[in-house]
Amino acid sequence: MAEETQTEAPAVVETMVVKVDGREVEVPKLTEDWQGNLVPTTVLQACKHAGNEIPHYCYHPKLPVAGNCRMCLVHVGMPGRLGPDGKPPTNEDGSLKIDPMVLPYERQTPKGVIGCATNLVPGMEIYASSPETKQMREAVLESLLINHPLDCPICDQAGECKLQEYSSEHGQSESSFAEYKVHKPKKVNLGPRIILDAERCVLCTRCIRFSRDIADDDALGIVNRGSYNTISTFLDTPFDNNYTLNTVDLCPVGALTSKDFRFQMRVWFLKETRSLCSSCGTGCNTLIGSRENTMYRYEPRENNAVNGPWMCDSGRLNYKWIGREDRLSEVTGASGWATAIIEISAKLEEAQPGSVAIIGGARQTNEELYLLKKLANKLEAITDSAPRSGQGDNLLCCPDKNPNSAGSRLIGIANEDLGSRFAEIAQGIEAGTITSLIVFGDDVTKHGIDETLLDKLDLLVVSDILPNATTSKAHYLLPGCAHTEKRGTFTSVKGQVQKFMKALDGPGNARPEWEFLHELAENTTGQNGFSTIEGLFNQMAEEVEAFKDKELTWASLGNEGVTVEI
Amino acid sequence: MCPTIVNNVETLCNVKHIVEMGAEQYTKLGTPNNTGTRLISLSGDVKQPGYFEIETGKVTLGELIYDENFGGGVRDGNGLQAIIPGGSSSKVLRAGETFPIGEDEVDLLDVPYDFDTLMKIGTMSGSGAIIVIDDSRNIVECLANLAEFYAHESCGQCTPCREGSLWMNKALHRMTHGGARTEDAEYLLHIAQNIQGRTVCAFGEACSWPVLSFVNKFKHEFEAKSLNTTDKETASTP
Ligand code: SF4
Ligand code: SF4
Ligand code: SF4
Ligand code: FES
Repeated sequence: MAEETQTEAPAVVETMVVKVDGREVEVPKLTEDWQGNLVPTTVLQACKHAGNEIPHYCYHPKLPVAGNCRMCLVHVGMPGRLGPDGKPPTNEDGSLKIDPMVLPYERQTPKGVIGCATNLVPGMEIYASSPETKQMREAVLESLLINHPLDCPICDQAGECKLQEYSSEHGQSESSFAEYKVHKPKKVNLGPRIILDAERCVLCTRCIRFSRDIADDDALGIVNRGSYNTISTFLDTPFDNNYTLNTVDLCPVGALTSKDFRFQMRVWFLKETRSLCSSCGTGCNTLIGSRENTMYRYEPRENNAVNGPWMCDSGRLNYKWIGREDRLSEVTGASGWATAIIEISAKLEEAQPGSVAIIGGARQTNEELYLLKKLANKLEAITDSAPRSGQGDNLLCCPDKNPNSAGSRLIGIANEDLGSRFAEIAQGIEAGTITSLIVFGDDVTKHGIDETLLDKLDLLVVSDILPNATTSKAHYLLPGCAHTEKRGTFTSVKGQVQKFMKALDGPGNARPEWEFLHELAENTTGQNGFSTIEGLFNQMAEEVEAFKDKELTWASLGNEGVTVEI
Repeated sequence: MCPTIVNNVETLCNVKHIVEMGAEQYTKLGTPNNTGTRLISLSGDVKQPGYFEIETGKVTLGELIYDENFGGGVRDGNGLQAIIPGGSSSKVLRAGETFPIGEDEVDLLDVPYDFDTLMKIGTMSGSGAIIVIDDSRNIVECLANLAEFYAHESCGQCTPCREGSLWMNKALHRMTHGGARTEDAEYLLHIAQNIQGRTVCAFGEACSWPVLSFVNKFKHEFEAKSLNTTDKETASTP
């Protein structure tokens, strides 16, 4: 196998050597800028390679460089100017002469450069931890703090605030400031989802650049001059694109807060779980923040193959349904799970080949759709998933609002056109050739299988999360779990197979669908399956062509997933 | 959105000469390395404030202030206290200061008005705007006036200037309104030192240099502000 695998020759990365705190480090000459173009590596990036993180506010790897906060000032040594012989000055031993930078008009005073916008020069020495650098940082932090309200006890950012972090790491405990602070508006309604506390703002302009350069909405700017600078929208135009909440993540302080999360929970109480957004086919990677079985927020989790560090507002805020009061939580049609599974298995065993239809919603996981497919194979059942479509855009939002349409296709539940077999199923029920219907996660009454047709069925097994017209007709209703309440994988529209972890417990007696589907499949097909998600995934990966091609395993998916051919 | 050229009056004036005289003749004006002419805008406590054109380096600061062709002397018979030689951001010069130029120790008033010499004595000829301050002025108030201007002009883009320029203004406002403290001289230097050389544009120097130079050269006057006596008397005691 090893001989056959063609290993790509690693791209040659040109490197150069610079000194960071007296230690030589080899760093790439070029580094990707915010748009992914290769540009000269900066002092800040070189220090990161050396394991020395330069504090920064305005710099963000996915935004154009602004160089305004000055937090990343660092003292450096540079080679001298080229002499008449075209060569830089050297020491007596012939080595390059490096002079610590000084102010040109005051040569006893060290001069810093901004690490975020200063390109490396061969021979450069970076004094990342020197007293000179330390003093520059202290001074910038002191300036940022003199007019800062310091309302950490009531600030949502507390615990994940770069001003708090840098102040304790790089600041001084005292300031000599003896004047009155500048006061600015503390509760500005920037738009439907964002509130600005202008006093907490450090004017890094990340929010402005994000909106202008990433979300293509030049909505934010600065009004007033000098220390009175204030972030603002243009007059009363609301800040209202579908990506505004990313500015809350980007804001290094508590100036921009999400109306949804504001004052809800102190961040240090939140448990973080790696998950995915389930609101469209893009599959943005997320972190769930939860406490005591309640979800408080989604945050985007960086994955450059999918969503970068961003996610859309509608996806981010689409989680309230998870905790809805009317969540399905009890089995109906039987006295409990055990009897329901036994009864359904028995009925399916009796079913004539071809008399069962299976709808596996494209909001179910790959593993669940795979188990449904196994059932379908045994029962010679016709299968499909319901389509969901909506608005897409050029950044992340996909018009396919199912999180797992691609999975449904690859596993063979739906064909290219989701929903194209619904008419055939409806006819089958009408004609009496289809007498049993299994529905997971779709409301078939919205797709041409109306209540009158459902009434004709001998067996209607439905699993869902929330009540709808189909669940109300079910002979057996099996309460399932939201993706936040179980583990599993989705396949994005671009073929990224990605996993999500369990953050919450489902309500009442609801169970992850793959668990009871596994029991149903074992009973019906007589084949043993895997009762762990890892085993189940690995088994599926052996059988589904596209997954097999990439030799997928649960472990090999990692945190960021793997792209398969779709 | 078309770009607009904004020319300095001084530039247009230079161009006129160069077109009329030719470059070679023009460079014979002035002194070596400081050729041509400069437009001086003389303001402050002189009898005849106004605009004057001089050959660069051919006229001294003393002549610019006292000569009948220029300032005509300090107003109201007052003595000279200080000169801001090249726009309000240039470092202030104190009356009576002397500077080593070449072999000699040169008095402030004998300093020729050109680029190189002013640079050598630690300031600059900058915009050519000379502000004369007589000895009736309280020097702390003069600096407070400049600091107010700079705090208002700072665009706010970068942290040290945005916060520092207003900080210095507030401190000086307090000092000139009865709230001065003995430590304020050092306090002002601390703020200004953390601005120069650390900003996006040269405005960082522009707002910090007046503070650094005024406080360093008139330290006693700044310290005296905190004492409960009239500023002028205290300030003039050596
Ligand atoms: S609101 Fe936040 S992101 Fe925007 S400029 Fe202020 S500190 Fe930066
Ligand atoms: S783009 Fe799609 S996957 Fe991403 S956050 Fe929005 S709805 Fe969710
Ligand atoms: S130094 Fe220049 S860029 Fe920075 S705040 Fe001052 S005026 Fe603006
Ligand atoms: S990070 Fe703000 S100036 Fe470099």
